[in-house]
Amino acid sequence: MIEVSHLTKRYGGHCAVDDLNFTVENGVIYGFLGPNGAGKSTTMNIITGCLAATEGKVDIDGYDIFDDPKEAKRRIGYLPEVPPLYTDMTPAEYLTFVARAKSVPAGKIEEQLKRVVSVTGLEDVLDRLIRNLSKGYRQRVGIAQALLGDPEIIILDEPTVGLDPLQIIEIRDLIKSLGKTHTVILSSHILSEVQAICDQVLVINKGKLVACDTPQNLEKLFAEATTYELTVKASAIAVKDTLEKLEGIESINITAQEDDRCDVTVITTANAGKMDEKLSFALSDARLPVLRLEQKKTNLEDAFIGLTTGDGKPQGGKKKNVETPDDGQKQGKGGDPA
Amino acid sequence: MKAIYERELDSQFNGLTGYLYGAFMLLAAGFLVLIVNLSSGYTQFEITIYYLGYVYLLAIPILTMRSIAEERHQKTDQLLYSLPMNMTKIVMGKYLALLTVMAVPILVICLYPLVLTSLAENGAIVYGPAYGAIVGLFFLGAALTAIGLFISSLTENMGVSMGLSVAVFALLYFMGNVAELISSDKGASLAAFAVLGLLIGLILWLMTKNITFAGIATAVLEIALVVCYILWKDSFSGLFAKVIEQLALLNRFSNFQKEIFDINSIVYYVTVAGVSLFLTVQAMEKRRWS
Repeated sequence: MIEVSHLTKRYGGHCAVDDLNFTVENGVIYGFLGPNGAGKSTTMNIITGCLAATEGKVDIDGYDIFDDPKEAKRRIGYLPEVPPLYTDMTPAEYLTFVARAKSVPAGKIEEQLKRVVSVTGLEDVLDRLIRNLSKGYRQRVGIAQALLGDPEIIILDEPTVGLDPLQIIEIRDLIKSLGKTHTVILSSHILSEVQAICDQVLVINKGKLVACDTPQNLEKLFAEATTYELTVKASAIAVKDTLEKLEGIESINITAQEDDRCDVTVITTANAGKMDEKLSFALSDARLPVLRLEQKKTNLEDAFIGLTTGDGKPQGGKKKNVETPDDGQKQGKGGDPA
Repeated sequence: MKAIYERELDSQFNGLTGYLYGAFMLLAAGFLVLIVNLSSGYTQFEITIYYLGYVYLLAIPILTMRSIAEERHQKTDQLLYSLPMNMTKIVMGKYLALLTVMAVPILVICLYPLVLTSLAENGAIVYGPAYGAIVGLFFLGAALTAIGLFISSLTENMGVSMGLSVAVFALLYFMGNVAELISSDKGASLAAFAVLGLLIGLILWLMTKNITFAGIATAVLEIALVVCYILWKDSFSGLFAKVIEQLALLNRFSNFQKEIFDINSIVYYVTVAGVSLFLTVQAMEKRRWS
C-alpha cells in the first residue's frame, strides 16, 4: 500500500506537484492520467525515491521513502519514462546486474531471471545486445528489470509511448497480467489506454489530483448530466415556455436563428434518465416542430477534458467521487481485469 | 556494491576507454624508459615515474570522463537512484572499478625495473626508490581518479567532463609554479589570499544559487583572513606560495623523484580522494533535490 500525503514539489517558483493526497490499495491497477506536464513523472519519481519532495510524505507499506529508503525501495519496481538500459550489455547480463544490485540472494537470481524473462517474453533476445533491440523489446527489458527483486508494487511511467500499435497491445496485455499478482501504477496521457487497462484512474492536472475513480464511474459521472441539442421551428420564447415546464432540466440555452428557427441546448440534471422522448413530446404537444434532436454522447474523453480544463465541471466531478469511493472500488474489482 | 563495481569494470572494457587509458599509459611508459633509462642511461627509474605523473594529466580524464556523465546522458542514473542501495556504495563501487583499471598499467610498469636490471651494464637499478615512486604514482592516480569521478558527476556530456578534468588537473599540477611568481611580500600574500576567498565565494554562489549564504560565507572568510593578518603579520611573507605549493599535486610528487618515500604526500593524496568522493556523493544526492 502506498500512502501519499501533502506531497509538494517546487522547482524555483514553479509548482510541479501541489499538495497531492491519495492512497494506493494492494492488488489494483491504477492509471495516472493527465496532460503533458501535469506532474505525473515528477510524482512517480518522488514515490520511487528518485527525487526528493519539497514537502509531504510517501509511505510504502509503512516505510517512509525518505527516512527508510532501502526498505521502501525494495517494495517497488520502477520503469522510468526512458528505460534505464545499459545498451552495451545483453538483456541476460543486464538483468543479472540489476538482480544483484537489488541484492537478490545469489541462489535466487537464476530462478527470478527465468520467471521475469518468461513473463515478459524475452527468451529469444536474451543474448543480443540491448543496443540492437527494437523499442518494444527494450520496453520489455525495462519492465523485466522492474519485476526483479519481487516487488509488490510496479510503477510504470508511460510504458507504451513510442511503440507501434501491435507492441502497444502486447505491453497492455502484459501489464494486465501483472495486475493479477501485483499492484500496478502506470501513467499515461492516452485515455483509451487507461480505460482498457486500469481499475482505478487518478486524474492529475497542474500538479493537483482532480479525480480518483473507476473509468466506468468517471464516464457515468458525465453521462448522467446529458446534453441534448435541438433545432426547433418556433420562436425562442415559445420554446423556452414549453421546456421550462418539464422536470429534470438543469439549464436551457436558446439561440434564435433566421426564418423562425432556434437552436436549443438542453442539459438535464443528474439522474434524470433519458429525456429525448419527453422533450420531443413536449414540443410537439405545443405544436412546435422539432427539426433535429441529438444526444451528445459523453465518454471518458469528455470527462478528462472537463476535469483538466477547469470549466466548472471539475468541482462537480471531484465532489462526486469523494462521496462514492467505495462504490468505485467495488466496481473496479468486480469488472474482469483481464 | 559488488554489482556496481563489476558493471563499471565491464563498461570500461566494453567501451574503449579502459583500453585507451591502458594503451596510453604503457606507450608513454615505454617512451619514457627509452629516453630516460636506455638512451640517456639514467639508472634511476623514479625519474621515469615522475614524468609518467605528467601523462596522468590526459590519461586519467580518459578513464573517468564517462563514468557518471554517461549514466546521466543515457538516463540510466534513474536506475541507480531507484535501487535499494546507498549512494555512497554506488559511488564507491564505481570508484573502486576505476581504481582497478587505473592500476593495471601500473602493475605492468612494476616489471620494468626488473627488466632494466637485466639490461643494465653500468650499475643496477636501485629498487627501493623505484618501487617507492611507483607506489606514489598509484596514490597520485587514486587522487586524480576521484577528482575525475567528481567532475564526471557534474555534467552529462563526456566531452565537457574530459575538458574540465584536464583543466582542473592542470591547475592542481601547476599552481605551485604559478604561486612562485607572486611576490613573497606580506601584502601580496594577503591580496592573493583575499582573491582566493572571493573565488571560493563565487563558487559557493554558483553551486548553491543563494547569494545571501555565499555573501556571508565570503565575508566571514575575508574577515578571518584580515584578523589572521593583524595577529601574525610576519608569517605572511611568502605564505601564499608556500601553502599553494603544499597543495599542488605534482610538487608533492616530485619528492618521490628525490628518492624520498613521502608518507605525507600519500596521506595528502588519500585525503584528496576522500574529499572528492564525498563531494561526488553529495553531487549525486543533490540531483534528487533539484
